[in-house]
Amino acid sequence: MNITLKVWRQKGPNSLGAMETHKMTEVSGDMSFLEMMDVLNDRLVREGKEPFAFDHDCREGICGTCSMFINGEAHGPGRNVTTCQLHMRSFKDGETIHVEPWRSAAFPVIKDLTVDRSSFDRIIQAGGYVSVNTSGDTQDANSIPIPKHDADEAFDSATCIGCGACVATCKNSSAMLFVSAKVSQLSLLPQGKTESSERVLRMVDQMDIEGFGNCTNTGACEVECPKGISLTNIARMNREFLSSTLTSK
Amino acid sequence: MSKTGILKSSLSKKYAMAFTGLFLCLFLVGHLLGNLQLFASGPEGQSAFNEYAEFMTTNPLIKVMSYLTYASILFHVLDGFVLTLNNRKARPVKYVVEKGKLNSSWASRNMALLGTILLVFIVTHMNNFWYVMHFGEIPMVDGLKDLHTITLAFFNPQINSLAAVMTLLYVFAMISMGFHLNHGFQSAFQSLGLNHPKYTPVIKFAGTAFSVIVPAGFASLPIYLFLIQS
Ligand code: SF4
Ligand code: FES
Repeated sequence: MNITLKVWRQKGPNSLGAMETHKMTEVSGDMSFLEMMDVLNDRLVREGKEPFAFDHDCREGICGTCSMFINGEAHGPGRNVTTCQLHMRSFKDGETIHVEPWRSAAFPVIKDLTVDRSSFDRIIQAGGYVSVNTSGDTQDANSIPIPKHDADEAFDSATCIGCGACVATCKNSSAMLFVSAKVSQLSLLPQGKTESSERVLRMVDQMDIEGFGNCTNTGACEVECPKGISLTNIARMNREFLSSTLTSK
Repeated sequence: MSKTGILKSSLSKKYAMAFTGLFLCLFLVGHLLGNLQLFASGPEGQSAFNEYAEFMTTNPLIKVMSYLTYASILFHVLDGFVLTLNNRKARPVKYVVEKGKLNSSWASRNMALLGTILLVFIVTHMNNFWYVMHFGEIPMVDGLKDLHTITLAFFNPQINSLAAVMTLLYVFAMISMGFHLNHGFQSAFQSLGLNHPKYTPVIKFAGTAFSVIVPAGFASLPIYLFLIQS
């Protein structure tokens, strides 16, 4: 199939960017979106031009490194897929595809389609952990009985890969889905529960400091999240933050 | 321990939006029930409505409630303004192509716009009736201020040349309120963390019903008064 690409070109963090047009021919429907970008970059390099910088790592939908805002949606069309798992058969022959970086004050553009998502790391550093060392002399997993339902819920929250599509897609650039998934994953289990009240205060604090916007419950994040993280996580965090605020010393 | 300060936190601002919003929903119910008396447009309806208006402006308990309502409106507006400004700042460079309609409702993306329309409406509406009742020149009937006649006259094309425009304006404002409530009602519960697989569907249903019934009830009055008098 033939595709017209309009890709965001931006030299560096402080330069102005613009869309650049490239025609692609003989694109196979079985290529992933990233493979199609590889073909474009390969051609650009052979023509002596600058390839597009974009993030990727595992290319199997588990690491959360790939990004790209494709045709007005984070990770492109299709639900529950990352850009690396998005295939060109999702597009029509002759289609024009717009490719942009995640756009948020808290995710500054590094170059072209790559953005700096270390604000997420700082939120995790603020409280997204269990303080006791759990590696090394590991306890038997069944010594603390955990109801299956709780374990499942915690697991669902833990599937968040930290890609930032929720922020990219939210009209307010809010990071609530990500932060609430991380808060929930820990507070749902006994190991994480003991620190849950302090954790939620710290993580929300850091989230605000990083300059993410405020949640207005549009629900766009839940729809675009490649891992199907649910809005119930946000409600849980709202609940935990409210009670922790009222009871914290 | 909070670095940003508890009242400054993004979540606290959301709680304030939710609390004031839900309180204003309660106010709407009370206001609507009072207004529905206007369907009785005869002399009995007139004295009943005027007595009601007198009660609403003098009863001390109602006074407290009305001050709470003014405060809620003000806070909801200011807080909403601050939140909207912050949210704009959070995305300094806009997308070239953005397809919000594929993942969210129109109302949820336009709450600030809808809220602004409602604010303009509230100011107009208070100027039309509330101001007249409290501070304006108003005829007396049986020792009571005759708000009933003032209201009927306002939507009477024989008396008020702008009656048709006003009717349309009121209906338009109520449609905007319907959309605002449609997102806002259930959103308030989510903001307060009240989300549960058993109750959330009920809340969502109640929110949709509320956002249709209450604005429709309000809008029916100007339409009715305009039609019976033209
Ligand atoms: S919540 Fe979903 S969209 Fe957001 S970072 Fe996690 S996986 Fe990505
Ligand atoms: S490259 Fe790892 S999720 Fe896409």
